[in-house]
Amino acid sequence: MLQKEKTDNYSIEVRNLTKKFGGFTAVDNISFSVKRGETFAFLGPNGAGKTTTIKMLTTLLRPTTGTMLVNGYDPISNQDAVRRSFGIVFQDPSLDDELTAYENMEFHGVLYKVPDKILKNKIQELLNFVELWDRKNDAVKHFSGGMKRRLEIARGLLHTPEVLFMDEPTIGLDPQTRNSIWKYLKDLNGTAGITVFFTTHYMDEAERVADRVAIIDQGKIVAEGSPQDLKKTTGTKTLEEAFLSLTGKKIREEESGSIDQMRMNRKMWSR
Amino acid sequence: MIRTIYILWLRQLKRYVRSRSRIIGSLGQPLLFLLALGYGFGPVFQKAGQGNYLEFLAPGVIAMSILFTAIFSGMEIIWDKQFGFLKETLVAPVSRLNIMIGRTLGGATVATLQGIIVFFISIAAGFRPTSLTFLPVAFLIMALTALLFTAMGTAIASLLEDMQGFQMIMNFLVMPIFFLSGALFPLAGLPSSIFIAASANPLTYGVDGLRGGLGGQMHFGFGIDLAVLTGVTVLFLVIGSYLFSKIEI
Ligand SMILES: Nc1ncnc2c1ncn2[C@@H]1O[C@H](COP(=O)(O)OP(=O)(O)OP(=O)(O)O)[C@@H](O)[C@H]1O
Ligand SMILES: [Mg+2]
Repeated sequence: MLQKEKTDNYSIEVRNLTKKFGGFTAVDNISFSVKRGETFAFLGPNGAGKTTTIKMLTTLLRPTTGTMLVNGYDPISNQDAVRRSFGIVFQDPSLDDELTAYENMEFHGVLYKVPDKILKNKIQELLNFVELWDRKNDAVKHFSGGMKRRLEIARGLLHTPEVLFMDEPTIGLDPQTRNSIWKYLKDLNGTAGITVFFTTHYMDEAERVADRVAIIDQGKIVAEGSPQDLKKTTGTKTLEEAFLSLTGKKIREEESGSIDQMRMNRKMWSR
Repeated sequence: MIRTIYILWLRQLKRYVRSRSRIIGSLGQPLLFLLALGYGFGPVFQKAGQGNYLEFLAPGVIAMSILFTAIFSGMEIIWDKQFGFLKETLVAPVSRLNIMIGRTLGGATVATLQGIIVFFISIAAGFRPTSLTFLPVAFLIMALTALLFTAMGTAIASLLEDMQGFQMIMNFLVMPIFFLSGALFPLAGLPSSIFIAASANPLTYGVDGLRGGLGGQMHFGFGIDLAVLTGVTVLFLVIGSYLFSKIEI
């Protein structure tokens, strides 16, 4: 059993976590921990179970078996405490397109009970940071993909979470934006001690920013450690080579689950 | 808690006000019903000794637009599911019940506004309420009907994965609710099977109450209408809240 005292140094603790969809095991008995203030990359091929794991940690899905602690609280029995302590950038879009950038932020601030006095300043600060302050009164439906992504990242930080989950946050972002966002997060990391748990398919990015990395393949964690550790144990020069040597070169045939179907639908809709 | 409900309510309203095409589209249909049916069947209705058909029909058309708008508002959850916004509300530290209440109240407000607009459209089309004494009751009935069907839409939407089920719901649930409600024809003297179906249909009581509230002839009376509408609304709010609380993404 996981206990609160023991976990004070950890932001996230996962023990023997499993998620089955019908007969299919998407996450297969995984265990790992993330230290407070760490930047942790959760890597794996398509369909490995990354998003499913994040959904369980963030109270969106109930695990089949296993235990978790996020910021010391159980996402199953203490949902509200967990929800207050994390921010999230989802893999798929999650903005209200009909609302403006400002209204999306405001909506989030109210749901997270950010005090009124702080809220306005905080929204301005974050929208300035992602360079959307000038566009604050434009409907999100007129934004480019990168602008939407930036807005989602700003929104995820609005309630000053202790843990930030980001599922492929930098997808579709240009290198400038990507760098400035990581610089900002690294600063937050230093000043506020925020823990960052993220997934990405850009191995160079993971190598650059992550303190530690876990690699998941077909629902199982196959390696865990600092990027240096992984390169050393696999005898490779880059994290990308280490990743390929650990997960094989074969392209994953993604079962076209409902999520993927929806992703496709969305692409069609947004045309 | 109040602020949570308020911001969700406000979001529904903003979405409604901003979708002009949806507003215009949803006003064209009642107008068509009023003009085509109201004037088309008018002479037959008159000959059958039932009086002025437009007077009879207008409350039914108001109820129809409330029904459609309310169900559609409730079912907007599917949109939010598909376009991802639902996740944003579901990971927030607020109870699902408050989320459900906020958006249901928002949807119901939109549907009530729609009903009021159609009320004025029907006046423009020639409808003249015979008495305005019970007008406040008419508005109460509109709001209850709106709430009832928004909650129903929410309940249904919580069960559906995507918009594919939407057509089926329209054809096999919403249309029968409308046609078997006494919106278009009087309940007196119906074949018993149709009458039983109409009596089991909550919209029937909305139409009846609305008709009475606008000075027309009632079949059941305000007491029964309000009791049934309130009871069924509470029932759907409970079912809707339960199903909404079970959504996993
Ligand atoms: N709701 C669901 N029902 C059935 N299967 C699902 C569901 N959600 C995910 N899966 C399946 O579980 C597996 C893991 O999916 P997941 O989304 O966690 O992968 P991922 O590691 O995030 O992949 P990607 O890099 O492509 O985002 C996939 O095979 C997927 O099809
Ligand atoms: Mg994923």
